[in-house]
Amino acid sequence: MKNVCISENNCQKLSCGLCCTKIKNFGVTLGNTVILEDINLHIHCGELTAIIGPNGAGKSTLIKALLGELPHTGTLEYVQAQKGAFQTPVMGYVPQNLNLDSTSPTSVLDLFLSCNSRFPAWLIRRKNEVEKVKEKLAAVKAQHLIDRRLGALSGGELQRVLLALALDPVPDMLLLDEPVSGIDQNGMELFYQTVSSLRRDYDLTIILVSHDLDMVRRYADRVVLLNRTILKVGSPDEVLQSQAFYDTFSLRWQKQNNTRGDKG
Amino acid sequence: MDFWYKLLEILPFEWAKAGQMVFMKNALLAVILLTPIFALLGTMVVNNSMSFFSDALGHGAFTGVAIGGLLGFIRPLSSAVIFSVVFAFLIALIKHKSKMAGDTVIGVFSSTAVALGIFLATLGGKNFAKLNTYLVGDILSITPKEISLLAVVLIFVVMFWYLVFNRLLIVSVNTSLAGSRGIHTFWYEVIFSCVLAVIVTVSMSWIGLLVLNSFLVLPAASARNIARNQRQYHLLTVAFSVLAGIAGLILSYYIETATGSTIVIILAIIFFITYGLRKKFA
Repeated sequence: MKNVCISENNCQKLSCGLCCTKIKNFGVTLGNTVILEDINLHIHCGELTAIIGPNGAGKSTLIKALLGELPHTGTLEYVQAQKGAFQTPVMGYVPQNLNLDSTSPTSVLDLFLSCNSRFPAWLIRRKNEVEKVKEKLAAVKAQHLIDRRLGALSGGELQRVLLALALDPVPDMLLLDEPVSGIDQNGMELFYQTVSSLRRDYDLTIILVSHDLDMVRRYADRVVLLNRTILKVGSPDEVLQSQAFYDTFSLRWQKQNNTRGDKG
Repeated sequence: MDFWYKLLEILPFEWAKAGQMVFMKNALLAVILLTPIFALLGTMVVNNSMSFFSDALGHGAFTGVAIGGLLGFIRPLSSAVIFSVVFAFLIALIKHKSKMAGDTVIGVFSSTAVALGIFLATLGGKNFAKLNTYLVGDILSITPKEISLLAVVLIFVVMFWYLVFNRLLIVSVNTSLAGSRGIHTFWYEVIFSCVLAVIVTVSMSWIGLLVLNSFLVLPAASARNIARNQRQYHLLTVAFSVLAGIAGLILSYYIETATGSTIVIILAIIFFITYGLRKKFA
């Protein structure tokens, strides 16, 4: 991997620091239930921000609100050196899972063409467009998967394919919603390495909902501990060693460590 | 049409000879036009697990016919089309707005529509029998004028499929993903539902409400067993659909059965054959 992050300081120097995303007073209420409130975040591009929190903390809801899919209060402001302030950044989104059933005859190529081609994927496949898809897939080490059906991919493969898709076209902001389970350790490692190098190659704002605290500790620049509202923001070490983290996760963290130990 | 009749004379069938059995020749052309329409739309019906929905559309169309009859239209088709489009829109809207399970919403609408349809059709002690043709369908009754209507519908559906397929596919893959790429998922669902409603309503009197849904679901479900990408999926769905349509029509002529159900039985046989083969293509 080129550009592997050596230390946190190093990363911050590499990023431009001129663009940022401001999330101001975000809140989501569905029916009578307050799911999120008082979310204030300032995210620099070139930074990998991981969102962690217990089940039902509103992590996926935050992503969907950022995408504009759920009604929310507050504002999302995106500032870039060249363009100034604007409110509708180009979003790249890697969903947690797909709605398709696993027998669906939709290949990886179909998915890419239907997203980016002007021509219908069932009828026309332009050679130059297919080549472009291959390049995009190669960037996430998935070029061999081009003719596979989406339902036949493993969790890690699917995630990398969706990541390549989210980068085409290159977004201002990349939102990743990691699946709770079903990804092998190797796939996970490869995924995090790819995301990690992306943030500098493309200078992206990356927000990642993660369930793997070990990966978060190793790859994230900043960690947001979320449970209906932001409990703690800081470097991975700051957050993972905080009292707030201990209070929300103590049982869970222990359990996870125990099961790891059993497997090992 | 004359060209079509001439063309058929090369076939070795009794009914294909010049001047013979015009209704059969009309029906054959109608089947060739009608089956690809259902095949194309059916691919997405199965993708989106909408088979219950398309079934409900048929019920809505039936109510539309009954309302049309009540209002005194000589041809209740136009009122039926309007009603079933409104019906499709309402289902999509309520499914979108409420947290109720999709199939519950559809079930509520579907059963209400059927009840309302029968209620209206029998109001004032009228005989239900004249609506039987909508239940069973009769493709042999199709007129040359209606065939040209079908040709227009086919051209429209192919164009529609050319223009909106990509977006519909992304919506079916993941609605949030579609949203992140600037696609208004709700409106695409509505457009597809309404086109489906129109097609179902228009063809109801030829295919019959009872088997209509199979025309949408079975070819796509069969193709799904062995297709590996969208191109194969479309090709196989259309091929199965047209093949079963032609074979079913000709068979129904010789063994004297209802055409619609004969076609469906052939489609069902194709489904089980491909189901048996599915592991070889997985």
